[in-house]
Order: sequence, then structure tokens, then C-alpha cells
Amino acid sequence: MKTNRRNFIKISGAGIGTAAIGSSVFSWANGDLLNSAIPTPTFTSKTPTYCEVCFWKCAGWVTKDENGEIWKLEGHKDDPHCNGRLCPRGTAGVGMYHDEDRLKTPLIRVEQNGKQVFKKASWSEAFKVIGDKMKTIAKEYGPDSMALFTHGSGGKFLGHTLKAYGSYNITAPSFAQCRGPREVAFISTFGEGVYSPERTDIRDTRCLVLIGSHIGENMHNGQVQEMSEAIDKGATIITVDPRFSTAASKSKFWLPIKPSTDIALLLAWIHVIINEEWYDKEYVEKNTFGFDQLKDHVQTFTPEWAYGITTIEPKVIRETAKEMANASPAVIVHPGRHVTWYGDDTQRLRAVAILNALLGSWGRRGGFYNPDKVSIPDFPHPPYPNPKHTWKDAADGKFDLATEVVSNALVDATIPNENRDWNIKGWIVNGTNLIHTLPDQERTFKAIEALDLLVVIDTMPMEITGYADVVLPECTYLERYDSIRNSPHREPVISLRMPAVKPKYDSKPDWWIAQQLGFELGLDEYFQYKDIEEVLDWQLKKVGSSLAEMQKIGVKKLKREYDDLYFLEGQENLFNTNTGKIELYATDLANAGFPPMPVYTEHAQPQPGFYRLNYGRAPAHTFSRTSNNPNLVDIMPENELWVNPKVAKQWALKNGQYVWLKNQDEKVSTFSIKVRITERIRWDSVYMAHGFGHTQKKLSRAFGKGASDTELISNVMYDPAMGGTGMRGNFVTILTEKPETVEAS
Amino acid sequence: MRYAMAIDTKKCVGCSDCVVACQIENKVPVGFCRDWIVETTTGTYPNLETEYRSERCHHCANAPCVRCCPTGASHIEEGGVVLVTPDLCIGCGACIASCPYDARYPHPDGYVDKCTFCIHKVRKGEQPACVEVCPTNCLYFGDLDDPNSDVSKKIKERKYKRLKTEAGTDPQLYFLI
Amino acid sequence: MEEEIIISGRMNHKVDPLLHIWGWEIAFYLFVGGLAAGILFFASFYYLRGKDKELPAAIKWAPMITPVILILGLGALFLDLHHKLYFWRLYTTIRLQSPMSWGAWTLMVETPLSIVWSATYVREVFPNWDWKFKWLYALEAFFIKYRRVLAWIMVFYSVILGIYTGILLSAFNARPLWNTSILGPLFLASGLSAGAAVIMGFSKNELERKLFSQLDLVIIGVEIFFIIHLFMGLLASTEVQIEAAQLFLGGQYTLPFWIFVVFIGMVVPALLELLELRGQKIPVIIPVILILVGNIMLRFIIVYAGQASRYLY
Ligand SMILES: Nc1nc2c(c(=O)[nH]1)N[C@H]1C(S)=C(S)[C@@H](COP(=O)(O)OP(=O)(O)OC[C@H]3O[C@@H](n4cnc5c(=O)[nH]c(N)nc54)[C@H](O)[C@@H]3O)O[C@H]1N2
Ligand SMILES: Nc1nc2c(c(=O)[nH]1)N[C@H]1C(S)=C(S)[C@@H](COP(=O)(O)OP(=O)(O)OC[C@H]3O[C@@H](n4cnc5c(=O)[nH]c(N)nc54)[C@H](O)[C@@H]3O)O[C@H]1N2
Ligand code: SF4
Ligand code: SF4
Ligand code: SF4
Ligand code: SF4
Ligand code: SF4
Ligand SMILES: [Mo]
Repeated sequence: MKTNRRNFIKISGAGIGTAAIGSSVFSWANGDLLNSAIPTPTFTSKTPTYCEVCFWKCAGWVTKDENGEIWKLEGHKDDPHCNGRLCPRGTAGVGMYHDEDRLKTPLIRVEQNGKQVFKKASWSEAFKVIGDKMKTIAKEYGPDSMALFTHGSGGKFLGHTLKAYGSYNITAPSFAQCRGPREVAFISTFGEGVYSPERTDIRDTRCLVLIGSHIGENMHNGQVQEMSEAIDKGATIITVDPRFSTAASKSKFWLPIKPSTDIALLLAWIHVIINEEWYDKEYVEKNTFGFDQLKDHVQTFTPEWAYGITTIEPKVIRETAKEMANASPAVIVHPGRHVTWYGDDTQRLRAVAILNALLGSWGRRGGFYNPDKVSIPDFPHPPYPNPKHTWKDAADGKFDLATEVVSNALVDATIPNENRDWNIKGWIVNGTNLIHTLPDQERTFKAIEALDLLVVIDTMPMEITGYADVVLPECTYLERYDSIRNSPHREPVISLRMPAVKPKYDSKPDWWIAQQLGFELGLDEYFQYKDIEEVLDWQLKKVGSSLAEMQKIGVKKLKREYDDLYFLEGQENLFNTNTGKIELYATDLANAGFPPMPVYTEHAQPQPGFYRLNYGRAPAHTFSRTSNNPNLVDIMPENELWVNPKVAKQWALKNGQYVWLKNQDEKVSTFSIKVRITERIRWDSVYMAHGFGHTQKKLSRAFGKGASDTELISNVMYDPAMGGTGMRGNFVTILTEKPETVEAS
Repeated sequence: MRYAMAIDTKKCVGCSDCVVACQIENKVPVGFCRDWIVETTTGTYPNLETEYRSERCHHCANAPCVRCCPTGASHIEEGGVVLVTPDLCIGCGACIASCPYDARYPHPDGYVDKCTFCIHKVRKGEQPACVEVCPTNCLYFGDLDDPNSDVSKKIKERKYKRLKTEAGTDPQLYFLI
Repeated sequence: MEEEIIISGRMNHKVDPLLHIWGWEIAFYLFVGGLAAGILFFASFYYLRGKDKELPAAIKWAPMITPVILILGLGALFLDLHHKLYFWRLYTTIRLQSPMSWGAWTLMVETPLSIVWSATYVREVFPNWDWKFKWLYALEAFFIKYRRVLAWIMVFYSVILGIYTGILLSAFNARPLWNTSILGPLFLASGLSAGAAVIMGFSKNELERKLFSQLDLVIIGVEIFFIIHLFMGLLASTEVQIEAAQLFLGGQYTLPFWIFVVFIGMVVPALLELLELRGQKIPVIIPVILILVGNIMLRFIIVYAGQASRYLY
């Protein structure tokens, strides 16, 4: 397998030829079951699981019908992630299992008549190819030249294999493309991150401030539920968003901010709250470090100053600051989750953290609670070898404050560089569609081209699978065990995922793949167990349960051990920062040469004829993951381009018309996107949901539907502190005629 | 007994979970739905209002679909639930044309299908699938004749509107505003 | 700006994005129903008036086609059903509130009637006809004896059938365009006009032609009056009705309606008939065809446009 130029391969001849009949058969399959409008449910069994359609991981039950087929998925009533209610994506999770486009067998890239194609392979053949290559890489470049990109539950198992093999280059896009800046900023302020699920005590809050966080479209279940509960209880919602988001429509105050100027607003709020002495004096005095510096720092950042930048009127800034102060400490200035926007995101999130500190909401009811979780020990194994290199060796001292591995830094470490004696040579990619997930696709392609080995483990033929040397089909979450979900919450809670049905086709779970690969690599001593049941049972017994018990109950709440849900009156709090206090003045940022207190930086605004490319979540989809899900495609088959009526008029656009987009770097969207004319978007931006515009033809429902925002994000604004990839500094213009583009492969 | 549903438009986020849950619970074929979400936006940026409504058959007390049905397939069950009996339905489409809310559709198997208020669940003492699943807890189902039911209480506490009452249908979905 | 959209991807077959549950089948069914009603009405009416000698086309010839077209109409209705094998369920119950139900029953009566009526004249019209069986001759004799009774039943049922074709639609108060009491009389009138036209086409004698020409002129006048009233009524009503009227006043159906239905189907034939009555020689087939075309178009346009007019979204 000497394939340095890695052409995208269409997965053909993979598995049984279902393409022709597939979708139509499925569409009617449900209706054939009974000629009755009323189902007669005589189900056979219910098995516990937790959802894998997004990373909120709601626990639920799988109900099968009388034919032993999965009928429905419902939330687990005892699970605080979902309280018995799954979100639309979780409810439609059964579509992941039914999807006839799924990967069906392992595939190996081979050369046939001068053409690269995928050949169906057995698992042992596939492992042999991977094992041989990984051994060669270990010998020639060192085992730390392998990297693992993973998102989702199976990562733990594969991570174990990789560490046993000798590499710590294990990364997830959930850091540098997602919540990284928030974790770094909060750790630097409070000594602890926000984590997932967020420790926001929304259900008891009296004032919820959402800065770009579009809960309601962002369907992270527990938060949506608690926001709704808060609405019922009459809490005030303040939403800062240039777009009239769903959350904005539920808000008492909507601040239609000029994009990219949030830090100015935050600084003005801090200014008002300090100068009006609306902050929680006792809390601040007792718990914080650097208040005086902060006070000096914000003196010039008046609401009037911010008005010129943000277009938010000074009166509104003061009024909303007062609203927060009135609710304090039961107020949440929500840190958001996907926060890699403009490259100064750590700074922005620091301002958010500071604001919360001033309002005394950290560790308080209705603010941020102290989460707790149990510690589940690893199944015994020998110590891991020490790698010689990590991603930091290739980062030239950049991104020093990163608290997790920076995915894009690993990509950089893969692109050959003469000044560096160490390069990454092989990737295992599990459950992340890097082509759509990482901005600056050209850079991703460049790295992929330089690889000696690319293994992709996925359930679906996605864009990334087309570039693989070996494709391994994982079974869906409904067909497998996974590691225990051990989430930090108001009380520790664990949850089990077990197979409801046998894996379809020749697909296998990650735990098995990780173990078999371990054996192939001769790492048997790290995998001294018969199967996952043995591991889970051993682990569960360590925390006072057992596999048998969890199979019955699915979710178990455990006693808090460490501290209390909220800070106690008069309690001395020690924070895990350099000063042991909440750092309004961040010493770690200062030490690393970054501004210790947030500063506002001006960002580029669109040129005439161009619009800022804004993107976000659609409630019924999770990125690429669901874009081919039959049930969810039915709800939302494609993304739409939100255009303000003023802009539509200027371009003579009609509702429902298809247009193409071209960005500031002349990147043109492969597919067209349907125009939705709506007042809900500003005239200087356009908006679309992320996750559409698939070029992979094997996705029979998703191919060519809508446009991909990632394609148009070629300008990345890196966060110098932690490597986050700011993606909101891209501008597009509208093409009403089909441009000459490369044919999608 | 008079079953009805109240929908809190102040909490609904338009996520369509109720639609998916209904499709799955009732084995509605992919491509069809018994409930749907309407989003209404009024105003000009930045003075805007958006309302989300989860809609389905209104189980009209004065149901034109039942009146116009030539075979009696469309009928009213105990509790005012409007149902279709597939084996009586000839698929003439009269009821579809008669419904001011477009709440019915021809099922691929020929008969006409619509929301049943999940009567199969309700009879077992459960809630309809859409009500059970809604993440914002904004759907309330129950008996209007029972003053303690969720729906009676909501209608008493809150302002509400009903849709297209001018069509004379006496609809039984109450949209809390 | 007001934006109202369905965001859950509702795309129910034959319902979205605009209702189109009824297609050409129903329009055709209504057309032939009206036409047959018109013919059979004139046949039985003039028979009862004792005009079977003067008006042979009306009483004997034109009714010959009604069994065929009624059966075609029933066929079209059958084609339209989505649950065809359950067709017989129509005749297991009578639902007085359902126009569909009594339409089905009316046809159940009217179709055999038209067959019997035609059969009693078949040997007059086709002198070489042979019934082959004795008992058929006996049956013929029996029906000829009771033709008057037949005529009484038929005059009654053809009026019902004619009105039914209009009521079927106007009973749907969900569709603002249909939901007007003018629609029943309008369809009845247009069915009579079509019937008169067909009779004219069959007629070989000047007197009969003239009679039906005059009748037709009057009916067209009435139709135009109804149409004006239809729009006045809609425009004086609520927003949804006004929107429905707009479909014909600048909207999607404006041109086909005013050109095909009103101009070609009513104004032109009326002018031609006027000229004819004034002694101009005009081939009779021209106004006949124009009237039938206008008639079909009226049914099609009202069936389709009615579905596009709605209360919601
Ligand atoms: N349904 C669904 N839910 C999901 C996901 C999903 O895929 N589907 N993904 C989950 C994941 S992994 C994440 S990380 C979260 C992300 O969810 P969030 O953190 O809530 O979302 P963001 O993408 O940060 O924010 C998008 C919003 O930011 C606004 N915005 C754009 N530019 C600016 C600006 O300059 N200033 C301000 N104030 N606002 C701006 C946009 O208009 C949009 O409303 O969602 C989670 N929830
Ligand atoms: N342009 C742009 N880029 C973004 C974002 C954005 O909004 N816009 N959002 C960013 C954020 S917040 C995040 S968190 C990331 C998310 O990035 P990713 O996690 O990469 O998101 P997906 O695109 O959903 O990719 C998931 C992949 O996992 C596969 N998969 C699904 N289930 C399973 C399974 O059970 N096993 C295995 N092995 N594979 C499975 C899917 O088929 C798909 O290929 O993207 C980031 N990148
Ligand atoms: S929020 Fe929805 S998609 Fe995410 S885990 Fe929960 S049910 Fe699944
Ligand atoms: S599930 Fe609830 S919140 Fe979501 S659209 Fe339906 S009613 Fe609204
Ligand atoms: S909403 Fe439509 S289908 Fe439901 S009862 Fe009323 S008229 Fe009938
Ligand atoms: S389609 Fe069925 S339910 Fe509807 S009116 Fe006709 S027979 Fe009745
Ligand atoms: S009540 Fe049942 S049938 Fe009706 S919309 Fe809800 S889930 Fe569907
Ligand atoms: Mo994320």
C-alpha cells in the first residue's frame, strides 16, 4: 500500500447492493407493519443505553417491538441529562441504526489497474494492514508519530491502545474547535472548568444571560429543559446575539450586537457593575484576587464607549447590568459552548468569568453549582510507555495554556516542516468527520496527503472515510457496549450503554476494535480481559454497583463525596489557581505573556457586497452525524441561507431560490443553498446551520443537500493562548448563477 | 370527558421533537407527519417577535371531516377524539379537503391518517408521545371536564388563543400566549 | 414583514405545499355529472310536458350518451379513491351530512335510470336494434308503459345530481373559495347549459335548436350573474375569502378563468347564439364545443383553485 497521494475514493461495492432499493424500501417499511392507525404495542424488551447522537449523552431506554426490531428510544426518567425526555435527534437515534448507507465491512485501499479503490476486507486482513504499518511507523519514526482524532464514546478504548503503543497524541475537536477557550478562561479564573454537562444551575436561576449561546437551537437537552423551567418560574433572559435566535425570542432583553464586538459589551457591563457598586461585595472581597487592578482597567470602558463599538445603547447596557445585579447571585452569564469565534475567545470568556465572579454566581444556587462525579478506576494494566514527543514539540511554544491536546496543532505537526525533526505519520480517526469539522480544509488535505497511514473508524461513509487507507465500520451505539458514562452533575450519576440488538452487517464496537488492534500490535498485556462485560462489571463493582444491576436500572445516582452543591455560608474557599483565589487578574495569562485582564480588539468587518458568514446549530441535527438520518432528513433535509429582506432586495433574491456563495479567499461553495428571507438576521451577515453540503455520494440522502460552512471558512483566527480556531471571520458574497466548480467526488 | 391539548408558545422552541416522537411511536411512514411546527415572525429587525406552535389535528368539537365522511370511517370517540377507522375508509379525500388545518393526509396504505391523540397510550393512562417527549415540557394534555387536569389548569391560568375559530370547527387545541 | 413557515419539514403527500388531494378525476366527475344531469333534466322535463314528438334530440337522442358518461364519471371517481378495495363501503351506509355519500347514492339511482331511459328509446333511435332475448323485450315494454313514472323520478334526481355537483365543493367551509352558496346554483346552471348545448348538437330540427339556443342564452346570463355575485360575495367577506377571490383577480388563475371560462365558454357562444337567432348561419358545433370547453374549464379551475385557497399559512 504505497499511496502517498491520497485521492478521495468513493466507497463502492462495499457491502450488499442496497443503494437501488434502499431508501424507498425503508420509507414504506414502517407503514407496512400494520394497516391500522393505532399501534398495538406488544413489545418484548427494554434495554438501557445512553444517546450518542450528540455529546450530551442522555440516558434512555430502547424498546423493541414484537419482531425484535428497535421500535423507539425514550429518555430515562432518573437521568438528570434528560429527565425522561430525549431531544429530536435522540428520539430519531433509531435512524442511525436503520440507515442503509452505513459502513458494512472493513475496507482497504488498493491499487487496481492504476486506480485506487476500496476492497472489501475481513477484520483480520484489516488489522494486519494497520498493525504492519503502525509497527513500521514505530520503528522508523517512533510510536509518538501516530495520532488519534476521536470524538464520542469509543475514544477511551482507542486512546488506551494508542497510549499502550506509545503515543499521547490523542485529541478531540471538542477542545480547539469548540469549548477550549471557555475551559482555559474558567480554569484561569476559578481553577476549574465549566465541563460537560455545563455546571450552570439554570433551573434555579433568576437571570440567564446568553452571549451567542443559542439554547433551543443548540439542543443540549438538560439546558433546554432547564431554560424552559426557568421561563416557567419567571426568570429573566437576556440574549446577546446579532441574530434573532430562538432564545432571543424568549428573552426580556435581546441585544442585537454587531458581530465580533462582545468583549466591548462585557467590559462595559463590568464597568457599570463595579462603578455602580452592584457587585457582590462580600463574595468579591473574600474570594477574588485583583479587584483593584480590574477596577482601574475598566475605567475607560463606559457604556458610551461600548455603544460606539457594539451599537447597543448605553441605557440598555445599564438596564441589563442592573437586571443581572438584581438577580445576583442567582444569575448566570452563560459561557456558551462552541466559543471559538474570533481568536480572542479566551479573552472574551475571561470577561464572562469575571462578570460571574463579580455577581457572585460561581458556586451559588441559580448560578454555577459545584458538580461531582465518582472516580471509576481503569481496568488494571501495565504502565504506559513515555512518549518522546507530544503535540507541543511541534507548536513552537504556541498555545501554551491549552489544557487539552489541540487538534489543529496535530494537523500542523503532520504537515512536513524542515525545521522539525519529528512529524506525525499516521492518524486514526474515530467518530469525527475532520473534513467538515476542522476549518481551513486545504490545510487538512495537505496533512492527509503527508500521511503514511490513515485509519478511519466510523459508522457512515463520510467525507473523511474517502481519504482512508483502511476504513473500519463501527456498529451504532444501539448495538454495543461502551464505557460507563460518568458525568459530573448535581450528584454523581452513572449510566450504562448496552446493545439492544446485534450489530448489523460486519460492524463491530470500538472496545473490540481497540482490543484486537492491541493484540495485533503485540500489546496483549494491556488487554487482559475476555470482553467488555468483564471490564464493566469490574469497574462497576468498584463504585458499588454491578453490570447485572446496571443492565436492569440503566442509571444510578450516587452520593456526593467531595463537597457541597453550593458554597456554604462562611466557608473558606480555596480555588485551584496560583493565588488560591478567583483571579480577576489572571496570573497564568500574565506569566504566559498574555493580557491578564480582558482587552477588546477590533475585528475586520465585511467589505461592500460581502456578508459575515454566521453559522450555528439546527435543533434537529448534529453536524454531519445526522445529515443522512432518514427520520431527521424528513424534518430538515437541507440547510437554508438566512438573508435579511434588505439584502434580498438588493440582490433581487426570492424565497426558496438557490444561490452559491463565494468567500473572501475566492472559495466557492460546491453546492447551492436555498434562500430564506427573514428579518431574524442582520443585514451585514448571512446565517446557515453547520453540517450540510456533503460531497460524499454514498450518503444517499445528504449528498448535495445544502451548503457547507466549513468549505467557506478558510480564514482561521487562532487563539494565541490555547490554539482555538476562530471561525467567524469569514465573509461571503452571493452568486445567483451556478459557478464553474470542480465536480464533487 | 373532553380531551384537549394546551401548547405553551412561550416555551416551545420549535425543535420538532414532538413530530419525530409521533412518527416513531405511531409508525408514521417517513415522509409523512401527524403534527408539525409553525414559526411566525413579525416585525422588522431589531423589533421582532417569533412564535412557535406545535400543531396537529384540533379534535374539533364540530368536526367537518366527520360530517363529510361518506362511510363513517371518520368518527368521534369517547372524549371527543376524532379518529379514522382504516377498514371503513375509501380514501375519497373529502375529509382532507374539509379540514381547515390540513391535519390529515392519505396514508400510503390508502386510508386517511391523522393524529389520534395517542388514544392507545391515553387509554393505558399514559400521555401522548409528543407530550411525553417535549424537552421544554410545553405540551399539556388532559380532560377539560376535570378541573384538576394539566390542561384545564393551564387554560384557567393563562391567556390562550385557538386557531381559525371562524371556520366554525370549535377546535380543542389551546395555544397559550 | 410577516413570515409564517412550517419548520418541521411537513410535506404530506397531496396536502403540501398546497392541497392537491383532488385532481382531474374529480373535476371530470363533476363535469360529466353536471352534463348528464342537464341532459336528463331536459329529457324528463320535456317528456312530462308531452313534447316527445317535437324535441326528439332532447328526449331520445342526447340521453343515449348519459349512461356512458355517467359510468365514465363513476370510473373517474373510483380512480380517485386511495383505498379502492374498500369502495363498497360507500354503499353500506347513508350519511345525510356527507355530500359525498348522497352523491354516491344519487349516482346509484341516476345511472340505472339513464340506462333504462335510453333503453326504452333504443329501438326508435336505431331501428335495426335487436334485444335478442324475449325477456328483454318484455322488460322494454314494461318500462315504456311506465315512462311517465320514470320521468318523474328522473326529473327529481337530475336536479339533485346537478345541485350535488356544486354542493359537493361548497360544503367544504375549509376552502374559502368553495364555501359559498353561489357555487351550487352556478354548477347547476352550468350543467344545464352544457346539457342544452349537447342537445343542440344532436338536434336536427330548427325549432328544437332555437328553443335550446334561447334557453342556453338565458342560462349563460344567469351564470354570469352568479359569477359576479360569487366575487362580490367573496370580496365582501373576510381576509381569507378576499385572498381566494384574488386568485382570479390578478392571481394565478386569472387568465385561464376569464379567458377560458368566461370569454370562450360563455361570452363568445352567447354572441354566436344571438347572431344565429338573428338569422346568421353559424355551424352549431362551434358554440356547442365552446360551451363544453368552458364547462370543463370551470370545473377544473374551481377544483384546483379551491384547494389553493386556504385558511392557514
Ligand atoms: N441541535 C444541536 N444542538 C447542539 C449541537 C448540534 O450539533 N445540534 N452541537 C452541540 C455542540 S458540540 C456545541 S459546542 C453547542 C454549541 O452551541 P452554542 O455554544 O449555543 O452555539 P454557538 O455556535 O457558539 O453560537 C451560535 C450563535 O451565536 C451567534 N453569533 C454569531 N456571531 C456572534 C457574535 O459575534 N456575537 C454573539 N454574541 N453571538 C454571535 C449566532 O447568531 C448563533 O445564534 O451546541 C450543542 N448543541
Ligand atoms: N464549520 C464548522 N466547524 C465546526 C463547527 C461549526 O459549527 N462549524 N462546530 C465545531 C464543534 S462545536 C464541534 S463539537 C465539532 C464536532 O465535530 P465532529 O465530532 O467531527 O462532528 P460530526 O461532523 O458530527 O462528526 C461525527 C462523525 O462521527 C461519526 N459517527 C457517528 N456516530 C458514530 C459512532 O457511534 N462511532 C463512530 N466511530 N463514529 C460515529 C459520524 O458518521 C461522523 O463522521 O465540530 C466543530 N467544527
Ligand atoms: S441532547 Fe439529544 S442528541 Fe444529545 S445526547 Fe441527549 S438526546 Fe441525544
Ligand atoms: S417538542 Fe416541544 S419544544 Fe419541541 S417543537 Fe414540539 S412542542 Fe415545541
Ligand atoms: S382538525 Fe381537521 S381533521 Fe381534526 S377534527 Fe378538525 S377538521 Fe377534523
Ligand atoms: S377519505 Fe376516508 S375518512 Fe376521509 S371522508 Fe373519505 S372515507 Fe371518510
Ligand atoms: S397526540 Fe399522538 S398522534 Fe397526536 S400528534 Fe401527538 S404523538 Fe402524534
Ligand atoms: Mo462542540
